[in-house]
Amino acid sequence: MAESGIGASVRRKEDNRFLTGKGRYTDDINRHGQAYAYFLLSPHARAKINGIDTSAAKQAPGVVGVFTAADLAADGVGGPICGWVVTQKNGEPHKSPAVSALASDRINFAGEQVAVVVAETLTQAKDAAELIEVDYDVQQAVTKMKDSLSSSAPQLHDDVPGNLCFDWEIGDKAATDAAFANAHHVTKIDILNNRLIPNAMETRAAIGDYDSGTETMTLYTTSQNPHVARLVLAAFMGLGPENKLRVVAPDVGGGFGSKIYVYRDEIVTLWAAKKLDRPVKWVADRSAAFLTDAHGRDHDTHAELAVDKDGTFLGLRVSTLANVGAHNQIFSTATPSYLYGCLLAGQYKTPAVYGEVKTVFTNTAPVDAYRGAGRPEATFVVERLVDKTARELGMDATDLRRKNFIPKDQFPYQSPCLVQYDSGDFNLLLDRAKEVIDYDGFAARRQESAARGKLRGLGLSCWIEACGLAPSAVVGALGGGVGQWESANIKFNPTGSVTVFTGSHSHGQGHETVYAQIVSDQLGVPFDSVEVVHGDTAVVPFGMGTYGSRSGPVGGGAIYKAAQKIIEKGRKVAAHLLEASAEDLEYADGTYTVAGTDRTKTLAEVAFAAYVPHNYPLDEVEPGLDETAFFDPANFTFPSGAYFAEVEVDPDTGHVTIMNMIGIDDVGTVMNPMIVHGQLHGGFAQGIGQALYEQCVYDENGQLITGSLMDYCMPRADNFPMFTTEETNQPCPHNPLGVKGCGEAGAIGSPVAMLNAVVDAIGTDIDMPATPEKVWRALQSRAQAAE
Amino acid sequence: MPSVSMTVNGKAVTGEVEGRTLLVEFLRQNLNLTGTHVGCDTSQCGACVVHVNGKSVKSCTTLALQAEGAEVSTIEGMATNGDLHPIQAAFKEHHGLQCGFCTPGMVMSAADLLQQNQDPSETEVREWLEGNICRCTGYQNIVKAIQAASQEMKG
Ligand code: FES
Ligand code: FES
Repeated sequence: MAESGIGASVRRKEDNRFLTGKGRYTDDINRHGQAYAYFLLSPHARAKINGIDTSAAKQAPGVVGVFTAADLAADGVGGPICGWVVTQKNGEPHKSPAVSALASDRINFAGEQVAVVVAETLTQAKDAAELIEVDYDVQQAVTKMKDSLSSSAPQLHDDVPGNLCFDWEIGDKAATDAAFANAHHVTKIDILNNRLIPNAMETRAAIGDYDSGTETMTLYTTSQNPHVARLVLAAFMGLGPENKLRVVAPDVGGGFGSKIYVYRDEIVTLWAAKKLDRPVKWVADRSAAFLTDAHGRDHDTHAELAVDKDGTFLGLRVSTLANVGAHNQIFSTATPSYLYGCLLAGQYKTPAVYGEVKTVFTNTAPVDAYRGAGRPEATFVVERLVDKTARELGMDATDLRRKNFIPKDQFPYQSPCLVQYDSGDFNLLLDRAKEVIDYDGFAARRQESAARGKLRGLGLSCWIEACGLAPSAVVGALGGGVGQWESANIKFNPTGSVTVFTGSHSHGQGHETVYAQIVSDQLGVPFDSVEVVHGDTAVVPFGMGTYGSRSGPVGGGAIYKAAQKIIEKGRKVAAHLLEASAEDLEYADGTYTVAGTDRTKTLAEVAFAAYVPHNYPLDEVEPGLDETAFFDPANFTFPSGAYFAEVEVDPDTGHVTIMNMIGIDDVGTVMNPMIVHGQLHGGFAQGIGQALYEQCVYDENGQLITGSLMDYCMPRADNFPMFTTEETNQPCPHNPLGVKGCGEAGAIGSPVAMLNAVVDAIGTDIDMPATPEKVWRALQSRAQAAE
Repeated sequence: MPSVSMTVNGKAVTGEVEGRTLLVEFLRQNLNLTGTHVGCDTSQCGACVVHVNGKSVKSCTTLALQAEGAEVSTIEGMATNGDLHPIQAAFKEHHGLQCGFCTPGMVMSAADLLQQNQDPSETEVREWLEGNICRCTGYQNIVKAIQAASQEMKG
């Protein structure tokens, strides 16, 4: 392995600018003459709007424009869209109510954008917003899913009877019912998967800029997928055409899914810039982010596992209610359906699985894909249920799992839930995890804790997920509205350096480093001579962006393919220069050698000849060394892992201390171990945040109770011990690098391991987050029940 | 509008501000020092940490006028002649950053810690960082970086 090639822990190219304060995030950009936008947000969760009076605001100092839904409608500007059609049990498509970019006559969640003020300064815009008078007819909100489905519930949307977005199923109901009929034992569990708020540290922001000379618009924005944003803005919001719209996602301070979508404030900011013919800047404050960013998770599930006498799994039945909030967004239908249901078989060869999901509109912020998107929820159901089954059967939690693992020699494995798992070795993962956590030593550790009056618990999760979002044909067949390939363009410059343009986007994952490693490795150029460019639709090829852990397997695959095209074209040029036949050339590390001789040409020499084609096979190849590739793999990738969490609970306070958290992952080929472990640490922190600390709470009137970092418990440095992460990798067979993806793994496998540990410690079921109060109460009721 | 003068990263600066202008706004807007970030509106996240007279403060919770006559240093002043400060170098070496948004605040906060405690334990580092939120890294490599920097700086 070269020092900077695939597999090396190369230090990151992007770090110097971030470490010296020279990162360039959206709010760091200022356009000459820019005005500032501020949105008036609804204080009510459910209301009819009888009228909006903006006259006083329009007169306020510094105000250059005040706009409402009526202004957008007059210009034909559309609102947020849903990107995935889910076919219901009855064969009909899901319900997708039309929404406008500013609330028109109805409010459906607290924080919904009602009007925008654009002024010379932000403070003037804020001051003027206070002068807008909205005549609200406030109505009782409905925030809980079961309430929303009841026949007496108010209707959020005229075209969605019963507030039901979809009623969907997966798997074989008859076979599953039969399996249950023959079961020796059935374990049942009720599970809440808590609602989360993503809280990337950089809030969403946008700058609209209109050039009336060329009639082009530019949107600088905090996007994970600038080309998708451009497509959506042009095709559905009336802000195109695409060739007159440029979207720039510069440095972006974390996304975790929340920056996939095209939000109302971003649409309006861009439109206002054109309307006013001057640049307009908008930056969400954290309070607005809490209210308006897409939230995550929020499932209510009943699940049952049917087992045979010896613990063999016979059938799994899952019934879930999933909250979609006030309206749909791009992935809000895909996340609780396919991204969830397809993983319900977990690591097990359970022959019959049936899942049904109802998604429900409520007067809360929209819910959409958040780190893991459906797969943490599926993993949570399966691994809570399996753990409970082990307890009910009196079996060791690892033995029961092992007994039901899909064996290594059965891959590719067709799951009863649509997908075909690519590769895996679940026993290997579990063996190593047991070693690392010292499974056999746990009993002694538990005793030692007990001697100090503490309750110790050990929790396991054996999980599998589907990521590397692609392939287009499958995604399309399931209702997805876009392609799921990725693009790459490699320009070998005349003087030997290389510039790589990717349609993928980095918001912390380190693309500039990892993609340079791939290119350096394949083309034999020094790592420092490779520059990776991303995030600007004016310069990079159309790409699908970064989500679903797709940048390694799909984006990396495209880069690899483009590199091969460079090598193949270069081979023809080298053959000409060496007066040999192309077939006789061997290529390695950036050098072509005539087989069996010492006659060579480097790629740098070939590149120079390609741009200065004085002696060049023009009848065979074109000048230049510049290749583009699109990669659309044949399947998803299927990372898997075995995670252990070990906790100590103080029975007097309910406080949970994390004693250890370890993960053994199979993420396929590792391109940069340092970055992979960093991704896993971050995933652990988010997953443990869900398990122990984070909870989005709305009151019965739809007011967001956890609307600031003082009220919503974000994990801090002192919540965690040092994590241990390791890999035992089985390369992915259907992308050229063998990569499976690691961005979401940690957040998928860790919540349930952590919660299983708490349950093991306190001896009773509990919902996430296992806060001290909840743990203490669970211990009290357990003690009372025992009396 | 009142005027305010201070020294920022060793340079004397003066500017016109409103009474309500925050130090972070003065740094970012008047001086174009955009390395200091704003991540919240409740003084929780620490993305805005700078040093005022040698002590770390949250510049989102300090009025520009309060820094009248003060010595202010920001992330832009940490490297000397293009060489990263040992804390910056350790963050790079130990992968203590991903998206980079919390990073300036983390580095400035760590710099204050290491002035006060040259050899902090893991627990001391973690507790010190209570006012700095990172959503990306899980903190592990930030803690490692700060401890490594402390060893480096002790020499
Ligand atoms: S911006 Fe969050 S603490 Fe200052
Ligand atoms: S590196 Fe992204 S918030 Fe810390």
